[in-house]
Amino acid sequence: MEIAFDYTRSLGPVLGQFMTGLRDQRILGARAADGRVHAPPFEYDPVTASPPGELLEVGPGGTVVSWTWLPEPLDGQPLNDQAALNDPAALNDLAAQPRPFGWALIRLDGADTAMLHAVDPGPAGPAGMRTGMRVWPRWAAHRVGSIRDIACFAPDEPTPEAPAPAAGDTVSDNTAPDHAAPVTMTITPVRLRYLHTASPAESAYLRGLAEGRLLGQRCPACGQVYIPSRGTCPADGVPTDAEVELPDTGTITTFSVVNVGYPGQQVTPPYVAAAILLDGADIAFQHLILGCDPADVHMGMRVRAVWRPREQWTRHADTISHFTPSGEPDAPYESYGRHI
Amino acid sequence: MTEVAVVGFAQSPVGVRDDSTTSGVEMLVPIFGQVYAQTGLTRRDIGFWCSGSSDYLAGRAFSFVQAVDAIGAVPPIMESHVEMDGAWALYEAWVKILTGEADIALAYGFGKASGAELRKVLALQLDPYLLAPLWPDSVSVAALQARLGIEAGRWTEKDMAQVAARSRAAAVANPSAQVAGEVSIEDLLARPYVADPLRAHDCAPVGDGAAVVILASAERARELCDRPAWITWFGHRAESAALGARDLVTLAPLGPPDGPPPDVAELHAPFTHQEIILREALGIGGTTDVNPSGGALVANPMFAAGLARLGCAAQAIMTGRADSALGHATSGPLLQQNLVCTMEAQ
Repeated sequence: MEIAFDYTRSLGPVLGQFMTGLRDQRILGARAADGRVHAPPFEYDPVTASPPGELLEVGPGGTVVSWTWLPEPLDGQPLNDQAALNDPAALNDLAAQPRPFGWALIRLDGADTAMLHAVDPGPAGPAGMRTGMRVWPRWAAHRVGSIRDIACFAPDEPTPEAPAPAAGDTVSDNTAPDHAAPVTMTITPVRLRYLHTASPAESAYLRGLAEGRLLGQRCPACGQVYIPSRGTCPADGVPTDAEVELPDTGTITTFSVVNVGYPGQQVTPPYVAAAILLDGADIAFQHLILGCDPADVHMGMRVRAVWRPREQWTRHADTISHFTPSGEPDAPYESYGRHI
Repeated sequence: MTEVAVVGFAQSPVGVRDDSTTSGVEMLVPIFGQVYAQTGLTRRDIGFWCSGSSDYLAGRAFSFVQAVDAIGAVPPIMESHVEMDGAWALYEAWVKILTGEADIALAYGFGKASGAELRKVLALQLDPYLLAPLWPDSVSVAALQARLGIEAGRWTEKDMAQVAARSRAAAVANPSAQVAGEVSIEDLLARPYVADPLRAHDCAPVGDGAAVVILASAERARELCDRPAWITWFGHRAESAALGARDLVTLAPLGPPDGPPPDVAELHAPFTHQEIILREALGIGGTTDVNPSGGALVANPMFAAGLARLGCAAQAIMTGRADSALGHATSGPLLQQNLVCTMEAQ
């Protein structure tokens, strides 16, 4: 399962200036009460807890104070950003192979603290990395006010013959924000992959689905039946090991009409998500209700499972496509009221 | 002040566990059973529950609520959670007993680290503006710290390998360990770098696991345990999140201000060089048996390993192997936050 989210954060006065500086190819630091210059700048002085005064420019050159080499980089790291998050144009340049690089703590000229960033030592690879090496920022072509506006640091000193591009050079990039405006927000896309395992009890439930059966478990202490079971009784905290097969008919205990769209939605609104208490179960589970007007759905409505065609039965929850009204008379409230 | 003691401890086997989910329930139910058996308590005797876990590790929201299924929450329970290692849950449980709101409290921690790319997930505990967008993985960040110490003459790659070898040898007697065995320093140093200067043996293995500790007030502790581990001191320090602005290789003194060194110390050092930093910060010299369990370098279940350190330290007292013990837990990058608990027999 891949989970992705764009964290959107306001920057505040200090980081706002810092990020605005990066967009304009300047690196800013802050002088603390003890005279030390922090780059990146602190928001509150580590000694006096006061906000910094006017930020001052440091670097752009710096000295590596510690480093490591990453032979197997991860997606999303500098020089290895498959999504090319800050630079759609870079999609065309993506190397098929991961690109090893160095991480370093870099003390920028004029600063007393160090900044963590990536270093591309060029063809020398790890042999090109050493403590004390001099590095300069390699700016991203498309800068938005982010720590990634520095693509990485590299040991190539900008020369007068080949100056680093000035801030104004990128104005021609019509996707760039207005360079007169300060940067106030930063967006950090986060994308993580998870491999979820199913517990033994969940596995039994999923295997049952592939056979067209609904398998739950009974608590040996209180006798309640859970489907799907997580292998333990949430009321008693004891393992549930007695298997119980349930019919595919049940009662709607409560429901919600979904009218709002969202990314990744599988069914077009409006539709009904309902808690369904299968006959013989003591806990409701959530499923879709289709096959009737959402306005007709109500508590106590009797429903039955609509299975996908036999050849589509798998160990996946969507083996049951949805539930639909069975046409039976409503269940009396007393029959399900305890399970709401 | 109300005295509080550890009266029970259990931990799960640690490894890549196919039988367990991110809810923690499958790992917790058996070890809850173990501490109930040790103490003669039932779940209804526990006045306060506190857990440590992380949604980022689980990849789903409110994952700690799922774990409550392992407790059995009918009738309702008094329950809390920290998005930190379970050692901080133990601290909250200790405070709860001190306030008199509970006589018996249970702290637990669990983590299924194998479900995600742990070193990448842990980048999200870094500064969200200046660091996390670069995805500095936890192993690389630790490597920067290790090199600083090497180049300052504080330790060598051989010193680090010795920490690994000693931990693995100690772990032979630890059924919860994920790696164990006799290894030679030369063999370890011949292996390739994962992130120069770190090799695989310098980094804790990625594994799934859980741990649980029961605390009791003075009135209850003696009836529940023959030899309770009485808590004598807690210390907690947090360093700056600005990695480049703090001294990464020296921590301010972490231990209690006075008293003799403990018989046993269990240190939560996910990287070999961090054990060396911690020994210095705690002033632990030759007489203390450090990490007789093998420590986090042989089993590092996220959000449980720190609690397990405190539990292992307490167990040394409860079993009579030690009269005094120190447990340490860390959270955050590069030993950013450190919790120390000292215990003794009476």
